[in-house]
Amino acid sequence: MTETTHALRPHAEDAFASELKALAAADDRPRPERWRLSPWAVATYLLGGTLPDGTVVSPKYVGPRRIVEVAVSTLATDRALLLLGVPGTAKTWVSEHLAAAVSGDSTLLVQGTAGTAEESIRYGWDYARLLAHGPSREALVPSPVMRAMAEGLTARVEELTRIPADVQDTLITVLSEKTLPIPELGEETQAVRGFNLIATANNRDRGVNELSSALRRRFNTVVLPLPATAEAEVDIVSRRVDQLGRSLDLPSVPEGLHEIRRVVTVFRELREGVTADGRTKVKSPSGTLSTAEAISVVTGGLALAAHFGDGVLRSSDVAAGILGAVVRDPAADQTVWQEYLEAVVREREGWKDFYRACREVSA
Amino acid sequence: MTGPLLLGVRHHGPGSARAVRAALDAYAPKVLLVEGPPEADGVVALAGDEEMRPPVALLAHVVDEPGKAAFWPLAEFSPEWVAIRWALERGVPVRFFDLPAAHSLVLGEEGEGEGGEAAEGEPGGDAELRLDPLAVLAETAGYDDPERWWEDVVEHRGAGGPDTDPYAPFAALGEAMAALREVHGHGGHRRDLVREAHMRLRLREARKEFAEHGEQAVAVVCGAWHVPALSESSTAAADRALLKGLPKAKVEVTWVPWTHRRLSRRSGYGAGIASPGWYGHLFAAPDRPLTRWMTRVAGLLRDEDHTVSPAHVIEAVRMAETLAAVRGRPLAGLAETVDAIRAVLCEGSDVPLALIQDRLVVGDEMGEVPGSAPAVPLQRDLARQQKSLRLKAEARERELELDLRKEMDSSRSRLLHRLRLLAVEWGDPARSRTAGTGTFRESWLLRWEPELSVRTAEAGVWGTTVLSAATAKAETEAAGATTLAEVTALAERCLLAELPDALPRVMRALADRAALDADVGHLAQALPPLVRSVRYGDVRGTDTVALAEVAAGLAERVCVGLPPACAGLDADGAAQMRGHLDTAHQAIGLLAQTRAENPESASPESASPERGESAEGGGADALLSRWRGVLRRLAARDRTAGVVRGRCTRLLLDDGQLAEGEAARLMGLALSPGTAPAEAAAWIEGFLAGGGMLLVHDQRLLSLVDGWLSQVPAESFTDVLPLLRRTFAAYEPGVRRTVGELVRRGPAGEGRAGPVPAAAPDGMPGFGPGLDSGRADAVLPTLRLLLGRRRVMAGSAAGGDEQSANAKGRAG
Repeated sequence: MTETTHALRPHAEDAFASELKALAAADDRPRPERWRLSPWAVATYLLGGTLPDGTVVSPKYVGPRRIVEVAVSTLATDRALLLLGVPGTAKTWVSEHLAAAVSGDSTLLVQGTAGTAEESIRYGWDYARLLAHGPSREALVPSPVMRAMAEGLTARVEELTRIPADVQDTLITVLSEKTLPIPELGEETQAVRGFNLIATANNRDRGVNELSSALRRRFNTVVLPLPATAEAEVDIVSRRVDQLGRSLDLPSVPEGLHEIRRVVTVFRELREGVTADGRTKVKSPSGTLSTAEAISVVTGGLALAAHFGDGVLRSSDVAAGILGAVVRDPAADQTVWQEYLEAVVREREGWKDFYRACREVSA
Repeated sequence: MTGPLLLGVRHHGPGSARAVRAALDAYAPKVLLVEGPPEADGVVALAGDEEMRPPVALLAHVVDEPGKAAFWPLAEFSPEWVAIRWALERGVPVRFFDLPAAHSLVLGEEGEGEGGEAAEGEPGGDAELRLDPLAVLAETAGYDDPERWWEDVVEHRGAGGPDTDPYAPFAALGEAMAALREVHGHGGHRRDLVREAHMRLRLREARKEFAEHGEQAVAVVCGAWHVPALSESSTAAADRALLKGLPKAKVEVTWVPWTHRRLSRRSGYGAGIASPGWYGHLFAAPDRPLTRWMTRVAGLLRDEDHTVSPAHVIEAVRMAETLAAVRGRPLAGLAETVDAIRAVLCEGSDVPLALIQDRLVVGDEMGEVPGSAPAVPLQRDLARQQKSLRLKAEARERELELDLRKEMDSSRSRLLHRLRLLAVEWGDPARSRTAGTGTFRESWLLRWEPELSVRTAEAGVWGTTVLSAATAKAETEAAGATTLAEVTALAERCLLAELPDALPRVMRALADRAALDADVGHLAQALPPLVRSVRYGDVRGTDTVALAEVAAGLAERVCVGLPPACAGLDADGAAQMRGHLDTAHQAIGLLAQTRAENPESASPESASPERGESAEGGGADALLSRWRGVLRRLAARDRTAGVVRGRCTRLLLDDGQLAEGEAARLMGLALSPGTAPAEAAAWIEGFLAGGGMLLVHDQRLLSLVDGWLSQVPAESFTDVLPLLRRTFAAYEPGVRRTVGELVRRGPAGEGRAGPVPAAAPDGMPGFGPGLDSGRADAVLPTLRLLLGRRRVMAGSAAGGDEQSANAKGRAG
């Protein structure tokens, strides 16, 4: 424990150890085998609440209750859970806390990259031992998934769609047969009760490896939504921008909130295909326009304003960034953007400067 | 159990329905009283008719005013329906014992806050904006959603064993309601006191009448809310006093077919259930409702080409059950099944889920009513209008000429147009509508076919008057239309039929479709009818402000979308685009003209200083100049197809938007040796199509064409020949001959400074030098007669624009 208190970012089960303990104490509902908490308590851990003994459980995920309930119920059945969402919707965060609450261990993690090999999902070998003693259990290096199977814990796979398709499919046996054969030893590792798997993936990212339908069938899918209201999103963006700005040593720009609101409004309207007042429909561009992109647009604008402008975030500072985020496909998106400018922005009260700035960079 | 059996139910609750049946079986009453208008006693027997298929509704309406009406919808799983069918099967008399519609329909109007027609239709009235007893009970029980609470405590209680007390649920619910009413009184439902007084009176009557059958003769099915009031002891005299002096109207009652969609809360009829399809399923499923439901969902998804395996269904059922356990509910309800379906069957996507919501949770079920049911009010309304407009329904075909300036005729036109919207094709517009809109004349071919009566009866679902039915139908059609052109056509029909209430919805749909339609061709096609409507709407005195706004928006979108759409086109696509260009050009010109003529019809915001400052001095000018900008850009851009470029140049030239010699410069560019001959020929086609007088007048252009043609290499000449032939073959013979003569005379443009050939001293072949004003003047009287104007505009001889002449004639 002493090590983890100095860690830059402690694991969920350590950071919230006291809450988990209080929940376990208060929890009298039936628990699935090897679960630390009952499904109800896991949901409470994520959504927050007050226990009978007065302990306040902080909310880990702010969003629809339904989503957490579906996720927890999925883990309670023997189906694996796939969390989908655009960047910045707290997929990883939810998966970590789910694993911490269910198994008390969020460290059985496989990070998906283009270079993730089969060994990271099945097992590898300690080659020195392999050469010296031949294949044996001792020479085997189990993957996090294999360990989770053997011990009945929750394994996590991050960015599942970044893993090459053939490596992804290694999971099929694990998820359907609940076993991992080791042909070299003529053995297998069977999953014990309590084992399950949480995967996360980005659902609007192109150019990654789509899940095969065989694998997809083995997951229950939960889509984590973008912030429900403009206020919530403005809040997220401004807080995050503030943090980023501090770490980049950008001078703080107090009047920025107005522009942030505008950026968020533009992003939300284009994303949802309808204006904030719900009166006009607009076309959606091909880009994702996620909250994360809004953050980077504002941060870029801040840098512009601080180094080349007058230190105040203005529409001209964000206009170029917005254009870059919206217009991904030069032909189709350009039309979408022009239409949006002419049909929505031009008419809007108090947006004249923004309209001009956008016209300038679009021309 | 003594006294009358009081079965308090929730309208449209399948659990209630099942319980009612069990209770009636056990009690075997000799007479059944059901909540509903007593006027319906005469038609209740029809409920047992073989052709009657729920959902249906009892419709009561005031005889002289069909617009004043109320509905009592009944679905297969409605407890009232179950009770009525139970009684009819056993020959037990059924009586409705609510306040007569004769009173309630008039009362509704006198401002108890009942919102207009049909809003009062819900028998219990508990869907109103007043105290919702279920919500209070649910809240007391710690539920945030009354629907869910009701599901948990009533609907999901299994049928129970054979030895369970069939009366127990009603007793419990009655007690709960009694407690509620003790606290809340009438809970804001003031009318209920009167209704309940009437119910008690009828109940007493029935008990007296069937007294010989003992105490167990009468059973009552009514909203649970009323149960405490019925068991209350009050004197008949007091009840009569309450009912005294109520206003009264002559009322008729009939059955009309109903739909699940209208039962659902969204349609605003206040019947008050969000998921009729789900309830219907719960009621109809013999056992394992969840499994059967998931199987139906899977079937639907498979029909829509989603792969759903039985393994999926198993997982979905398990998931729903686990969710119910996590949420602490006794059984999986609709919310759990929806969540499970989303996670397991739909891969987290809401798109297929919307389909399930629409087709299964709400459902497409439509009821049927036997032909022997009394006439629907729509038929009466039509008959009334036919009488007052002196239009007889005759089987013989006859022609009808209408002058829309006359009040009577324009009312007739509106009626016929509205009927057409309702698919009652009594009148057939003799001339095409496009020609008809421009004038105040309309001619119809009238012929009443027998099946039109059936169509009218069918149209009865839409409303009780021709106007309200047409409005409802138009609104629904607007919501369901798939293409932009459909909605534009609908908008035009709404204008013709004068449906001011439907127009905003249609306009909204139109604006939405236009915003999402990426094909400029569609937009360009949608524009002309819309502009026509704006232009000629005032003939009928309709308000076209909203329309003008949408048309302007559409024009803007065309302006934005056109340049990218014109790049990289093949020959066919380019030819099509040329057509779009022409229609859009005409429409935008007409729109701008209209807006300039009556500025008050332009949108009010456009006059606000915010927008007015830069471009919007006159909205019309801004639009037109924007459009011309687009044309100019297209004409100058190399990537644009030749035929489109040529056309743009021509349109600009015709509008007088090109500077001296600019057309010649552009033509020279297009025909310069660097351009592929086929491309140049296409340019010529676009530029010269539809009228060759230009070549006769501007010989510089002619000499450019001539020069280019003589330089086309022999091997490509055969390629360009068809294009050129197509272009020139369309000219009138006279023009063709003149052009030929001009070419034979050799290049005339050389050495001539003046660009205007008409001023040339030696003139054209066959013409004298200069203008013989004496002979020219001789034409003027005839011309004046033709145009019907005192003052003749100069230069109007050249192929006068019919439409504008027409419009001016009208304006004069």
